[in-house]
Amino acid sequence: MAGENPASTTEYIQHHLQNLVFGKLPEGFERHTDSGTEILMADTWTMAHGASEAAAMGFWAIHVDSMIWSIGLGLVFCWMFWRAAKKASTGVPSGFINFAELIVEFIDNSVKDSFSGNNKMVAPLALTIFVWIFLMNLMDLLPVDLFPKLLMMAGVEYQKIVPSTDPNITMGMALGVFVLMLYYNIKIKGFGFVKELTMHPFNHWAFIPINLFMEMVGLLAKPFSLGLRLFGNMYAGEMIFILIAMMFAAGAGTGILTGGLNAQLFGESTNFIFWLVIFGLVCGVCWMNLKEKISTSKTILLTLGLLTIGGGVFALGGGLMQWGWAIFHILVITLQAFIFMVLTIVYLSMAHEEDH
Amino acid sequence: MELVIIAAAIMLGMGALGAAIGMGLLGGKLIEGTARQPELGPMLQGKMFLLAGLIDAVPIIGVGIAMYLIFVVAPSVA
Repeated sequence: MAGENPASTTEYIQHHLQNLVFGKLPEGFERHTDSGTEILMADTWTMAHGASEAAAMGFWAIHVDSMIWSIGLGLVFCWMFWRAAKKASTGVPSGFINFAELIVEFIDNSVKDSFSGNNKMVAPLALTIFVWIFLMNLMDLLPVDLFPKLLMMAGVEYQKIVPSTDPNITMGMALGVFVLMLYYNIKIKGFGFVKELTMHPFNHWAFIPINLFMEMVGLLAKPFSLGLRLFGNMYAGEMIFILIAMMFAAGAGTGILTGGLNAQLFGESTNFIFWLVIFGLVCGVCWMNLKEKISTSKTILLTLGLLTIGGGVFALGGGLMQWGWAIFHILVITLQAFIFMVLTIVYLSMAHEEDH
Repeated sequence: MELVIIAAAIMLGMGALGAAIGMGLLGGKLIEGTARQPELGPMLQGKMFLLAGLIDAVPIIGVGIAMYLIFVVAPSVA
């Protein structure tokens, strides 16, 4: 955990920003392990221990965590909506089916509003993009340390559970949209697409190079901005979550009782479980109050007492900030998924328009 | 290295300034439009949110980069 020491603060952030990378280390690469330095005799396919090894892997490396989380969430989306579709009937919907119908209707309306062409694929595509990105972004709301810490205990060194904070994922999706754009441009317009690229702002043969340059920039800027916007938003959000988490940790370290007691009891590495227990107890107290088992004044006293043991007012402040940013982030998460979807529809709509 | 802090400050400040002006114009026009034609309100609001997200992106990315600069590139200064 982070303290006042800038080196460990930096390490903490960098650890959180490092993907779990699987790739090929080149021959002769010096690996620094706990047992000393080891020079590789041949090309080795392995998991990277740290950023320098990940960088040495070059192009032939894959972000395992991003792949697992994004594909897993895609499967979750497919499974949930498949179940809802199977259960759907003409009767009164209930539970998740209701929710699924709401989303499908919302997407359908968005597509009807901004898509003018005739294509059966756009609405399902928009639904997939919206729900998938939303689920990937939603991972941001899980506590930043929870999964990395748990997986670290299981022996996995690095873990980034928000796939949309990985530029490979967002740019990959933008590339997918770009390919569809090109496909439909060529399919619908045929030679007209070339004409659009070369004859557009100035309709004269002498301007073809200038036209081509301008239209190309416009064309390429679309997928680029699409991917980068999603990535930038989620990355910045994640960064702020990490910074708040650091403040929380630093505050807990200086907690009224914990500073000394915690170190006495657990040493440094088990802080996490201690906090989890305190967190569970606080939640339990609040739950008891909700069920009216204990009075509100007792709840406040117990909560404050637990927080004093668990890390004092600083931790409470950190927790509140985390909570506040999470609530603001719900808006960002939904908005970015929505924007990605709407822009995809608009771009595909432009690909379907014969002349404009 | 101290200049990194200044760079982050400019990044945050200018980004926020531009976005704030944009948001102000956007919100003002939304209210104007809704006052003229209240029945268009929901449709305009949806479009407003879309554009708000587009405007929001630039300063948020700026915040991310600024935080990275302050806490990772130049942590000894902070």
